[in-house]
Amino acid sequence: MTILLSVRNLDAFYGDFQALFGVDLNVEAGEVVALVGANGAGKSTFLASVTGLLPTRPGSILLRGANIAGEPAFRIARAGVAMSPEGRRLFASLSVEENLRLGATGGRKGPWSLEKVQAQFPILKEKRRQGASELSGGQQQAVAIGRALMANPDLLLLDEVSLGLAPVVVRDIYESLPAIRAAGTAVIVVEQDIGRATEISDRLYCLQEGRVNLTGPSRQLTRDQIGAAYFGRARSAA
Amino acid sequence: MTDLLNAILQGVLLGGLYALFAAGLSLMFGVMRFVNLAHGDFIVAAAFGALLLVDMLGLPPLLAVVILVPAFAAFGYLGQRLVLNRVMGRDIMPGILLTFGFSVMLQNLMLEGFSANSRRLNAGWLDTASLPLGPFQIGFVPLLMFTTALLVLGGLGLFMSQTNTGRLMRATSDDAQIVGLMGADRRHLFAIATAIASGVVALAGVLMAIKTNFDPSSGPIRLLFAFEAVIMGGLGSLWGTLAGGIILGVAQGLGAAIDPGYQILAGHVVFLIILVLRPQGLFPRQRP
Repeated sequence: MTILLSVRNLDAFYGDFQALFGVDLNVEAGEVVALVGANGAGKSTFLASVTGLLPTRPGSILLRGANIAGEPAFRIARAGVAMSPEGRRLFASLSVEENLRLGATGGRKGPWSLEKVQAQFPILKEKRRQGASELSGGQQQAVAIGRALMANPDLLLLDEVSLGLAPVVVRDIYESLPAIRAAGTAVIVVEQDIGRATEISDRLYCLQEGRVNLTGPSRQLTRDQIGAAYFGRARSAA
Repeated sequence: MTDLLNAILQGVLLGGLYALFAAGLSLMFGVMRFVNLAHGDFIVAAAFGALLLVDMLGLPPLLAVVILVPAFAAFGYLGQRLVLNRVMGRDIMPGILLTFGFSVMLQNLMLEGFSANSRRLNAGWLDTASLPLGPFQIGFVPLLMFTTALLVLGGLGLFMSQTNTGRLMRATSDDAQIVGLMGADRRHLFAIATAIASGVVALAGVLMAIKTNFDPSSGPIRLLFAFEAVIMGGLGSLWGTLAGGIILGVAQGLGAAIDPGYQILAGHVVFLIILVLRPQGLFPRQRP
């Protein structure tokens, strides 16, 4: 397998506050990687760094071997990174279909088109003329993921897609993951639910207070190991 | 009664010009939360540009439009890329100070180049041509202003809803940060918006030059009219801007019908009344 995303010794700052400390993380092409950790552990900061929303030191993030750290967000998006951001962040005054179409702004070729995305999430076709803000939470989440898929990314970042949604809706959303993988897209999933995170991912990273304190193949990590890392007992136990 | 109706009719047509004054301001504020205090001075600069091309070089007014609109659009694009993009951000103060500086500079440059004399563009037969409509006479120039406003605002509306660039501009006013994640370069997007606004400014300037007297210091009052039209119509709404322009035009027309000295005052009074009764404007952009 080839390394798609390589993050090396990544530090991230909000002004004087340091949120990430020397994070190392790799994603191989077509792989699903879960990123877990408590609130404030730095998961969203990590995704903001990868997408260029938060500027970082050049050389610390490589996509297919080429540096993307410090590049503006639009260049990173065009290089093949798309995100369904935390809180969905849909364009409220645009219709569902207009939101989806904007995802394709970069003009990258690939398996996903408006028709394919609408086939994956049929509700998006049904509600295509409605304002994005008129939809239910789960439907809005589908718009956010569909919008990211429209970019035909090599790497898809899903930030807390289950937040505030009913379990049955979350299941529907995650049922789209095999189809996304089958198209060759690698995925980083940020998830609060550890059980779900291990179930859907190949490998898992656990962040605690801005540092990676556990990583490994998802099926080989025990719940106790992850739980300990999640709540910060890993280092003292080791 | 006929006089009153005539005043309203002429006010509606004048409103088209005010809507053209306001369209660029409305677009730039809607897309990038940016207020160009030199907007009115750029309109006057376009008027002097037309004067230069038509009166001094002898070009027909239509040709002046064909030259000035692309020239202003190109200038707007470059100005945004090279200068204004540097002051874009959360704080609107740097942009306001910068364009205030432009305003002062432009007024003085025009004063230096064209003197303080009041000027008007001679459009030949167009100046006096009119269409009879029942008891009223509709001048070609006011009619031209109004139809131009309809075409410009209609075209802008289509652009915003039917093109990807237009949709990106609407999206930018919803959530500018996420537009970057879509792979859109904000600097380019802003420059396109400014280019369009500047093209409309050129059009408005040429029409104003034909319609009224102007001098190097008449920019700020045009800016004021544009602000009033935008705010009465509702920020970010294109057709609201036309409605705002028409209300301002009609108020001024009725004021002038009572006493010519009341023309400008009547516009301001109606603006204040609407601002008090409906501060969000008549047709605010739907934002659920």
